[in-house]
Amino acid sequence: MTAVAEPGGDRGRGRDDGRIRSRWAPYVTTVRYLVLFALACFFLMPVYALLVTALKSPSEVSVVRMWQWPHTLSLDNFHLVWPKLRDGFTNSVLMALPASILSSVLGAANGFVLAKWRFPGADFVFALILFGMFIPYQAVLIPMFQTMSATGLRGGIPGLVLVHVIYGLPITTLIFRSYFAGISEELIEAAKVDGAGMLRTFAFVALPVAPPAFAVAMIWQFTSAWNDFLFGVLLTTKERWPITVALNNIAGSQAVPFNEAMASALLACLPTLLVYILLGRFFMRGLMAGALKG
Amino acid sequence: MQRQRMNQIVVSLAAALIGVAGVAGCSKAKEPAKEAPKEAAKDPAAAPPKEAPKEPAKDQVEVFSWWTGAGEQEGLDAMIADFKSKNPSIEVVNAAVSGGAGTNAKAILANRLQAGNPPDSYQRHAGLELADDIKAGKVEDLTPLYGAQGWNDKLPKGLLDAITIEGKIYSVPVNIHRANLIWFVPKTLQALGIAGPPKTWKEFMTQAKTIKAKGKTALAIGPQWTQKHLLETVLLGELGPDKYTGLWNGKTDWKSAEVTAALDMFKQVLSVSDIKSSAPDWQPAADRVTDGTAVYTVMGDWLDGYWGRAKKLAFKTDYDVAATPGSAGVYDFLSDSFTLPVGAKHRAAAEKWLIECGSVSGQDLFNPQKGSVPARTDADKAKYQGYLATALKDWQDPATKIVGSLAHGVVANNALGSEIDTALGIFVENRDSAGFAAAVAKAYAATK
Amino acid sequence: MMRRIRAWGPGLLLILPSLLVLAVFVYGFLGWNIRVSLSSWRGLVPAHDFVGLTNYTQLFDDVRFTHYDVPNIALFTLVFVAGSLAVGFFMAVLLDRGVAGEHVFRSVYLFPMAISFIATAIIWRWLLDNGGGESTTGINKLLVDAGLESWRSNWFKSESRWAIAAIALPAGWSLSGYVMSLFLAGMRGVPEELREAARVDGASEPKVFWHVVRPMLLPVLMSAVVILAHISLKTFDLFYAMDQKNIKIDTPALYMWFTTFDGGFYARGAAIAALLLAGVATVIVPYIWYAVRAERTR
Repeated sequence: MTAVAEPGGDRGRGRDDGRIRSRWAPYVTTVRYLVLFALACFFLMPVYALLVTALKSPSEVSVVRMWQWPHTLSLDNFHLVWPKLRDGFTNSVLMALPASILSSVLGAANGFVLAKWRFPGADFVFALILFGMFIPYQAVLIPMFQTMSATGLRGGIPGLVLVHVIYGLPITTLIFRSYFAGISEELIEAAKVDGAGMLRTFAFVALPVAPPAFAVAMIWQFTSAWNDFLFGVLLTTKERWPITVALNNIAGSQAVPFNEAMASALLACLPTLLVYILLGRFFMRGLMAGALKG
Repeated sequence: MQRQRMNQIVVSLAAALIGVAGVAGCSKAKEPAKEAPKEAAKDPAAAPPKEAPKEPAKDQVEVFSWWTGAGEQEGLDAMIADFKSKNPSIEVVNAAVSGGAGTNAKAILANRLQAGNPPDSYQRHAGLELADDIKAGKVEDLTPLYGAQGWNDKLPKGLLDAITIEGKIYSVPVNIHRANLIWFVPKTLQALGIAGPPKTWKEFMTQAKTIKAKGKTALAIGPQWTQKHLLETVLLGELGPDKYTGLWNGKTDWKSAEVTAALDMFKQVLSVSDIKSSAPDWQPAADRVTDGTAVYTVMGDWLDGYWGRAKKLAFKTDYDVAATPGSAGVYDFLSDSFTLPVGAKHRAAAEKWLIECGSVSGQDLFNPQKGSVPARTDADKAKYQGYLATALKDWQDPATKIVGSLAHGVVANNALGSEIDTALGIFVENRDSAGFAAAVAKAYAATK
Repeated sequence: MMRRIRAWGPGLLLILPSLLVLAVFVYGFLGWNIRVSLSSWRGLVPAHDFVGLTNYTQLFDDVRFTHYDVPNIALFTLVFVAGSLAVGFFMAVLLDRGVAGEHVFRSVYLFPMAISFIATAIIWRWLLDNGGGESTTGINKLLVDAGLESWRSNWFKSESRWAIAAIALPAGWSLSGYVMSLFLAGMRGVPEELREAARVDGASEPKVFWHVVRPMLLPVLMSAVVILAHISLKTFDLFYAMDQKNIKIDTPALYMWFTTFDGGFYARGAAIAALLLAGVATVIVPYIWYAVRAERTR
């Protein structure tokens, strides 16, 4: 459960060095690459279908020609669906950004206290917090529905941000707790000796070293909030639909033209894919932390 | 060094995220110019009603519907425009919610009603779909409004019966759709040597043998709700209108032998349909009829809009329609209607909206767009062409028997409807007629 | 005593707001959900009566729940968890010993995780289309083109009890890269000296793996199983966007949604949710207990 570990980068270990190679080794290596390549094809297959369909001109698109390369590249499909997705996209940005920042900040405070400023029963409290990240959300839907309606928070983005912050707390707390557990006790002690209180130690000792954990927590939270459907469909009205709900309503029926469905799906997952491509390392650490989360 | 790299990455992350927001923001600012004027007209609704500035000087009415699709949106806009010209001092807030044949809208509405924050008027399928709202005391009795407007003489008696709940009427029907229709392509029938659409389900089964021998599918079917739609037409055709209506008011016993026999017929019909590779929605199912792989499809009259307008096919020559087997002279209807919620913030304006919904001009503006017929029998016939002309003639014919649709919320309340969904899903899997009848009988008793 | 409180008091105070909202939104809501499941609430107006376990006993009589939802989710969990573990583990083994372009392979295997289940479902619904003849498409089309006509399947629309297993394909596509990462991290967490020592003793590379690496992967395996199993039990959007109201792929999570928000059977929905919670808790609680304890003894 010590979370922030990652598979050791790209370093090949050169483990073959100095050992007698089996004469089958070259074949084994070839087969291994072939298998790796075949697996890569499997994982990329849906993306291929998605990309070639989305890039065909609408007149060329046909379900049965799903696998065929486009004759001419065209962005018409995106022009077609973007106006329908735009609001959802904006809503998701407006929702996912504050949700990820707020829950990271709160998670940092929690993680710091649970790792370095422990009170009696801190582990038990931590276990209780952790449980919150595994619950099936169906089991809180009805009460959430009632509470959010009663407080007038249902319908808009603030309510959605609130639930994402709250249900994001367990994982961010976990990430920061694991991270702060790794900073040396002496630093904290030194601050204490200097007479710094808890808040000062947190602000001037812990936070300055925390950016990596913030990156992990925020990326993780951003991705989960962006990809969430259940809370979005329960808590928002049409004007405030996040992208997933908008996507499901636009492309959710197969009566929708195939090309539009594919182009919408592509647009809807662009931001998280971008985060993944640009910041894959942190994304990965978030995943590890989730050993974690679902 | 490690830290420095981390910091760089965090900065680039922030930049990337801000970039995304920026792009979205910019295009948001730019887009409206590109938008069609129709969208612009709808824009006031984009702000949630709660946040709409309250201007005491100008009265407003918030109208909640799921009319966002092609045709219906234009129809609603036309009706709103007509309302505005009659009531210039009242602003209409169009709170239309799209998606899922009204399922989304219903969930949202349920919330608002629960929270005691109803719109000023909201759309429901006429009939028992409204029963829960009535039981919960969420809607006002409109019987006095009917009296004042003289609507009781303008609407067919069968319709009034279907929407009267314990002696009172709670909603104003705007449009009428017909569910019991079987659609086909005349040329396909000729090619197969079939004289005409079947008069009974038994005849349908005979035809199905011929069709199967020629390598075609007798009946194209779609997702679960279209199967429910088919079920209601088979029940109607086999039991006749009176006993069919009896299923929903307790006079016909679900467990009786005739109902079981009708359900057995439904099983047979399913067996000659393409249910094993059913179409994902009703439009692709209809496509199978026009492309010639299937011969018939059972669907409501919105199919006319799909074929006639979207696909530009010609009524009578490219496609034709008949009452489903055994239901000639019966109008299995569904209707969208508007209500007056208890606690509406602008009650007087809402009443004016309902008057618009019940008016000849309102209905004649809405229905030709939507592809339905007006609920009123004194509507202007000249406005309805092609299929709609025949539909209106049938609707206005006093001899026509009117029954309510199951799949579209007229004869079953939400609870019973969802229980029948469950039972039907299982029925289609295990084909156990008696089991299905027992399950529905139980659900009917429990949800009455 | 006062000194100790002064020592840890501020910390407690700092996290108190988080603890309070979690207490309400997690434990309060779970409790309230159970309370609802013991009432007769149906329709728009909440009922606060008390009907005991009626909703639960009715569920055990409910064909949809007992004959479809529960077997379905059991089958799905089995196929999805076993499949993702096998594929993920296999990929980790292939990558573990240093492969040129490892970074690229890893990224390719992992990226589906960044895509929402809704988008995943929308793509895969077409890949798993079962249209026949002229309208053959998706994976079936690939199979037919490859001369494997007999392998074509109706996927999640097939007659078989196992129809729901087809959904394990997109689910596994989404998550086996994640399992791979977990295993890879676990394998690389094994100190090189241990392996070296075994090699010095003359163990072949597979034997090193079996006797040195494998035992150390048990905690990883456990984490992976728990995570996948709980995702499997609670997943809603993947099925919802794939094919609504197809009883072949109906699960408790879907039944809960439809019966509650379509049918207005709030109490029944709450009972289904409570049973789901119980299912998840039997997997999760021992796991958390084990994890927190393991950490303390470390």
